[in-house]
Amino acid sequence: MTDHHDHHHDDDGSTPHRHPRRPDLDDTLTYFRAMEVAVRELLIEKGILTADEVRRAVEDMDRRGPAQGARVVARAWADAGYKELLLADGGAACVAIGIDRGPYKLVVVENTDKVHNVVVCTLCSCYPRWLLGLPPDWYKSRNYRSRMVNEPRAVLSEFGTRIADDVIVRVHDSTADMRYLVLPRRPAGTEAWSEDQLAELVTRDAMVGVAFANDPSPKAGK
Amino acid sequence: MAPTESIAPGFQAGDAVMVRIAYPIGHVRTPHYIRGKPGVVERFCGIYGNPEELAYARSGQPRQPLYRVRFIQREVWPAYDGNPSDTVDVEIFQNWLEAR
Amino acid sequence: MSDTTPAPFRGHHDMGGEPADAVERAEHDYALWEKRVDAMLVLLSKKGRMTVDELRRNIEGLGPDAYDKMTYYERWIYSVAQSLIQRGEISIDELGRKISEVQGRDHGAD
Repeated sequence: MTDHHDHHHDDDGSTPHRHPRRPDLDDTLTYFRAMEVAVRELLIEKGILTADEVRRAVEDMDRRGPAQGARVVARAWADAGYKELLLADGGAACVAIGIDRGPYKLVVVENTDKVHNVVVCTLCSCYPRWLLGLPPDWYKSRNYRSRMVNEPRAVLSEFGTRIADDVIVRVHDSTADMRYLVLPRRPAGTEAWSEDQLAELVTRDAMVGVAFANDPSPKAGK
Repeated sequence: MAPTESIAPGFQAGDAVMVRIAYPIGHVRTPHYIRGKPGVVERFCGIYGNPEELAYARSGQPRQPLYRVRFIQREVWPAYDGNPSDTVDVEIFQNWLEAR
Repeated sequence: MSDTTPAPFRGHHDMGGEPADAVERAEHDYALWEKRVDAMLVLLSKKGRMTVDELRRNIEGLGPDAYDKMTYYERWIYSVAQSLIQRGEISIDELGRKISEVQGRDHGAD
């Protein structure tokens, strides 16, 4: 969210804080940032977008984070009927608890003691953004996109997630119009927990499938 | 005569299919690694605009049926080293699928 | 056709199964300019001025060297601009002049 400050500031406090046009180590960084300004201003001048729309769209994305997805998971853990709906029609299940349906059809895949699911987009970076926010860099990286599809167990181990040999691993490559959410396994010992408490155990990484949900038991190490 | 707007779905869950072997240029959403591989339709996903056409600002018609197709990892990767039942599920458009 | 027949063409972006290294799990907070690029794509596609398919196709057209050297949202803004040019929403001349004008400005804090 903040730019890195590679240069020194005058610290006498007498001048207002401004960044002079600084010589860049990498001209392409300035170039593409300038392109962003240029495209945005041209679009506004032409009446295609307004500055207000851009600002509101940025704010909308800022508001989105894994909390939406965690609510869906917590509800599915707490309510068997809701879980059934979620697995049959992910979009309807979102709407049922006041979350927007999202622009894509949602496929929810359930982790069990016999099956572990994990999601990747090998071709680009498709991700259920309306439920999880913007994807992390690693999800969009060459290494993840290349290896999750043919070496899932090795990559999961690199995330600290070991899958037993007798558990089936299912990789989902998000290549077209579906978007995926993993329904992680509910940690043991949480039977009496409220949905709000359950939601706090559900991490973004668990909903992508590279981790398990957080285990609250005292024995659970990190 | 007006062109067809949508192609009717030709497959359903449980059908055995093969991904076509072809290597065009252009915007294709069928990954290289799955071409020529045998799979089973896991579900019909719906009918969508053809991305190969939409990518060129064209209408995306005829709209194509889309499926999730399940593949056995050991049948996709010769050196796959995991549970023999491990799978990879990929969304494939009907124009890339053949019955087998 | 045998499994060892080499394929005549694979896009650089089509990387499932290609050799690669351990995943680096570092993440960065998105800069405002990156969020604006994202916002513009979302808005333009909602308004029917371009599609995510055009976004992807123009990124795929960058070629391996540029694809690897550019950051994620650098590829996006390049592709948004390219798509708008292809659609005739902006002209190359306008874009070039505006970029130069922007670069010539004194930069305040974002």
